[in-house]
Amino acid sequence: MALAETTSEISPSATSSYMAMIRRKRMMSGIMLAIFVVLLISGFLVAQERNAGDFLPGLSNVLGFPSDVVSEAWENRAQLPGFLSKYFPSLIETINIAAVSTLVGGLAAIVLSLFATRGLAKFPRLVPVFRRTMDLLRAFPEIVIALVLIFIIGGGPVPAMIAIALHTAGALGKLFSEINENAHLGPLEGLESVGANWSQRMLLGIVPQVAPNYLSYALLRFEINIRASAILGFVGAGGIGYDLRNTITFGMGKFDEAAAIFILLFVTIVLVDQLSSTVRDRLTHGKPVL
Amino acid sequence: MTTADTNMTDMMQVTVAGMRRKRMVGFGIVAAVLVYLTYIFFAFDIPEVISDIDGDDARILVADSYSYKTHVTRDNRDGSVGVSIEGERKGRYPEGEAPSWVTLGETTVIQLEDGHEVIFGPEEIRYDIPGYGLVTARPGSDGVNATLPAGEVPAWINASKNRLAITTDAGRLSITRNRTEVFRYFSGWELFFFTLDSPYHGLGLSAVLSRSFSGEAGAIWADFWGNDMWRHSDVVWAIGETILMAFLGTFGAAIIALPLGFLAAKNFTPLGPIRFGMRRIFDFLRGVDGLIWTIILSRAFGPGPMTGSLAILLTDTGSFGKMFSEAFENIDNKQIEGIASTGAKPLQRYRFGVIPQVTPVLLSQILYYLESNTRSATIIGAITGGGIGLLLTQAIITQKDWEEVTYYIILIIIMVMLMDSLSGWLRRKLIKGDEGGH
Repeated sequence: MALAETTSEISPSATSSYMAMIRRKRMMSGIMLAIFVVLLISGFLVAQERNAGDFLPGLSNVLGFPSDVVSEAWENRAQLPGFLSKYFPSLIETINIAAVSTLVGGLAAIVLSLFATRGLAKFPRLVPVFRRTMDLLRAFPEIVIALVLIFIIGGGPVPAMIAIALHTAGALGKLFSEINENAHLGPLEGLESVGANWSQRMLLGIVPQVAPNYLSYALLRFEINIRASAILGFVGAGGIGYDLRNTITFGMGKFDEAAAIFILLFVTIVLVDQLSSTVRDRLTHGKPVL
Repeated sequence: MTTADTNMTDMMQVTVAGMRRKRMVGFGIVAAVLVYLTYIFFAFDIPEVISDIDGDDARILVADSYSYKTHVTRDNRDGSVGVSIEGERKGRYPEGEAPSWVTLGETTVIQLEDGHEVIFGPEEIRYDIPGYGLVTARPGSDGVNATLPAGEVPAWINASKNRLAITTDAGRLSITRNRTEVFRYFSGWELFFFTLDSPYHGLGLSAVLSRSFSGEAGAIWADFWGNDMWRHSDVVWAIGETILMAFLGTFGAAIIALPLGFLAAKNFTPLGPIRFGMRRIFDFLRGVDGLIWTIILSRAFGPGPMTGSLAILLTDTGSFGKMFSEAFENIDNKQIEGIASTGAKPLQRYRFGVIPQVTPVLLSQILYYLESNTRSATIIGAITGGGIGLLLTQAIITQKDWEEVTYYIILIIIMVMLMDSLSGWLRRKLIKGDEGGH
């Protein structure tokens, strides 16, 4: 063995204690791995037991629904362009919900993050308060706020917008405050020496430094928010998700329209994904965006 | 000299022009944002939404989330009186029993707050409202026959031939031909620990504790666990299901994405078509999105936690595959060369040259997703019917169990925050404490 040659000059006791340590370490990793595998398998069995249908019988049906949709869409393929344009306005609404909530949530996140960063905060004593606020906003799944708001103000895009914006403010606020921590404080001192107040210092000294990073995270969030906005539509908050639920619960006969919605949603998500990753790539390498 | 001068002026001009351009861009961005928000204001019809807001709904929701009401109901046809919490069958007091503020009998006396008193007589209902006067009613087949004090009827009294409703700060009385009902409001979540049929209802903490030490712990636990008003065992199961969905989905996806990630990484798979194919599969899995996967899978497997886990698994296999392959492409080749120089075979090279390098990166991504998938699992549960998401939507649909909605929301927040700390703790523990990753 190669190990024996290299250790020939080291005392045998050191070798044996080293090997014992390695063995102990391996055994620990082995035990951890075994626990993990047991958890995974038993978890799966519990999940299967509490599910309406079992895994193996269901597996043969997985393609049933997609093939129904595809075959009906294929039969009525002549109408597909019509359906695509019929549901295009709903798609725009979904995108608008995502865009405006990213925008509003992002602006709120900038303010929150500046108040929550040590060294920049206007009220240093309140830093923990703002941090906890962001944690709380982040912990709310959008659907919780959306469902309650749908009860109070009725269906439509506004509940979804508010719900996503609140979550976005928390999620982006945390990331933004991490960025702020790495900002150079030189410009701040310069601005302070010419008598700039706090908001001027932040707006002119910090924001220009961190704007590309902010933008990069905001774009990533926009991607996530498009998906979230489609899901919230599904529970009654307008946009293309709402149409999707209506066509699917209608069943056979409207699957051709459901197919059109699937296509719209899929293409949008992939396009926004690609676009945002290209822009983010340029931002991280310091190239101009346009 | 002159060239330097022109250089100076050139530079000044360039700088001034640059600043002007920047200022224009700055104003342009602000203007674009404002224009967009104005467009949204009209596209979403915000004025209409604001005018549609149902203030009463919101008030009921907020009041109900921290308070409950007890109904005292008299059947006007046979004169029988019953008391129940929130008017639910599960919260009904046994026949002939009532809380201390209700005196049952030939004449039932109901004490409300601030000294208000409602009396259900054999024939007549009397409510002497302090500062207003005596209201009586003799409900029967010909109407409620209400008699109000002389003068104008105030806004908080709604009287007609067949209906009388009085709402005061102390409570609410409503009379129809067949039914008389008094609501008294209390703060708190009633029956949270024990329902009325349990012998432990109404006992203080110390009494319950001392009884549990004298051998009744099992019975006490069974009564609490089986509380059919708050359904503690169902709630705990639901939370467990949600966390299970996140756990199975995240780690299942990671296990599948690990080998696929190698196939999509340039430095491990020289064959272009395979790489291209894998990447398109990842894009497809991510692009179809959790929502559509959930719909497709729930058609095949029915509602439940397994469907939710599989939906998370499919979406995240796409995300992990993409991230893992990028991590593999960014590894340092020197370590592999070093291992190779000792005569290691390819498998050993992966084991000792690649895995230790990428484990911290992969683990931190997986653990980050574990936390965010707890939230996704709540959402998927609400759509497909499983876990705490299902309980939440069920409670919201009834439009009256807002105290339960509040309870579930608090539990969800606690669950997400705990998973967040757990994933952060594991990240620190596994990655910093053991940088080799094995």
